[in-house]
Amino acid sequence: MSDKTTSLTELYRQTVLNHSRNPHNCRRPANWDREAEGHNALCGDKVHVYLGMRGQALADVSYEASGCAISLASASMMSDAVAGKTESAARQTIDDFIGDLSGLQPGKLEGELAALGGVRDYPSRIRCATLPWQTLRAALDAVQETVTTE
Amino acid sequence: MNSNATTLTSGAAALAGGLDVEAIRQDFPILHQQINGYPLAYLDSAASTQRPVQVIDAIRRYYTHDHANVHRGVHTLSHRATDIYEGARETTRRFINARSTREIVFTRGTTEAINLVAATLGQRLGAGDEILISAMEHHSNIVPWQMLCEQRGTILRVVPINDRGELLLDEFEKLIGKRTRLVAITHVSNALGTVNPVQQIVASAHARGIPVLIDGAQAIAHQAVDVQAMDCDFYAFSGHKMCGPTGIGVLYGRESLLETLPPWQGGGDMILTVSFSGTTYNELPYRLEAGTPHIAGAAGLGAAIDYLQKIGMEDIARHEADLLAYASQALGEVPGLRLVGTAAHKAGVASFNIDGIHPHDIGTVLDQHGVAIRAGHHCAMPVMERYGIPGTARASFAFYNTRTEIDQMVGALRLAIRMFA
Repeated sequence: MSDKTTSLTELYRQTVLNHSRNPHNCRRPANWDREAEGHNALCGDKVHVYLGMRGQALADVSYEASGCAISLASASMMSDAVAGKTESAARQTIDDFIGDLSGLQPGKLEGELAALGGVRDYPSRIRCATLPWQTLRAALDAVQETVTTE
Repeated sequence: MNSNATTLTSGAAALAGGLDVEAIRQDFPILHQQINGYPLAYLDSAASTQRPVQVIDAIRRYYTHDHANVHRGVHTLSHRATDIYEGARETTRRFINARSTREIVFTRGTTEAINLVAATLGQRLGAGDEILISAMEHHSNIVPWQMLCEQRGTILRVVPINDRGELLLDEFEKLIGKRTRLVAITHVSNALGTVNPVQQIVASAHARGIPVLIDGAQAIAHQAVDVQAMDCDFYAFSGHKMCGPTGIGVLYGRESLLETLPPWQGGGDMILTVSFSGTTYNELPYRLEAGTPHIAGAAGLGAAIDYLQKIGMEDIARHEADLLAYASQALGEVPGLRLVGTAAHKAGVASFNIDGIHPHDIGTVLDQHGVAIRAGHHCAMPVMERYGIPGTARASFAFYNTRTEIDQMVGALRLAIRMFA
């Protein structure tokens, strides 16, 4: 049907919809140590990432989000993928994910994230998937301004 | 050379009772392709229309046989290029019924046309002067005025709209006042499809001596436009939204008003003489067209206008009204779908939201089924804010669209709803 590696419809069915219907860790926590806000002006997606740190570890990763299914699913998967990791390990995962979707460093993702990486074949949707990750990186960097995908 | 060569292939004349759309579609090579395994249903003409071979050929012919710089050379090619460029200006004048080609300024598009007015007319505005726009404007008829307000302390006033997406004319009458220096309003809303009562707006503004700029980007290819009947002072539109090339557009300006505008960009073509003791400027419209213009764009635009006129603007409007009525009914039967923009007087734009599915996801699922629509804020973020939504999915129609394509879209929407359920 599609000349792309993964039909995006299949990607939605297999991965995206599971998370966008029942997103993990989607909440505003009572307390947090770091936070950042991200906005994709093109489609209006918004995400606010909250981090609870324990020493060097991301003990609690949560977020509030509004947007398309891909951005919601990506935020949900991200919160699972980096929870409990050290800051440097989390940064590595962010680099791997964004590197994979930009096509610069493909093949470093595993499992669900690798499946979501199929979005790279659909240029207009890549920023939907990367927004939560860029926002997480901004939270780690303690960036004050809203991050955009522009 | 440029315009006479334009003929409709397959005898795509209007049939009794409507257009021969299948014949017309033969003129558009791009429409005949598969997208993701489905026949392309191109329902995004409000973003940009497609081009018939007649336009593509006019551009190719120009570059193959006739190109040189205009208004300069003494040689044959320069004469030909000038004839083509100025011929397109005359074709444009006739198309919108301007009095003179002095009133037809070629620009890069609607956006540049509006910016030209803001940058020139705007020079005579000061702190406290007001510009009146509407809540349904495209960013290109908001931001140039906001920039002017920042520079000169001018105030932007905005006429609100009702829930159906219609301009509140009583509010317009309240907001237009002693300090209003310009009314700048869209003819047709790109996000909602609303057709504004421009003639009434112009009459009301003129009764107070206030000039009116009409953003015609979404109207020009979809209904007959007569600037004298409308009596507007400026009318701006883009080639690429009327089957012409990108990068060319038109600012119509009433000659008596254009005469009073200061020069805009400086450079070649807009001058008569240049010396270090002073420069004298060229006459209209050249005074407002600095530098070598988009000659091939004008050639394509002229061919596009010839093409539209051969089909007939009345028949185009009738066909698109039929498509809109058909689509509105079919979309209205889709569960959870809400049309955004339900004005009594609408052009071929159907903006909508579906419960629980983000517009971008709708756009992606439709693309997977060969259907091209726009999803997002449509460069009209204040409109989205008015409705409290991040964006809409938008199908928009042109004369080359069919009911079958609408069926294809609605079928894909039903699949999307099942998928997201």
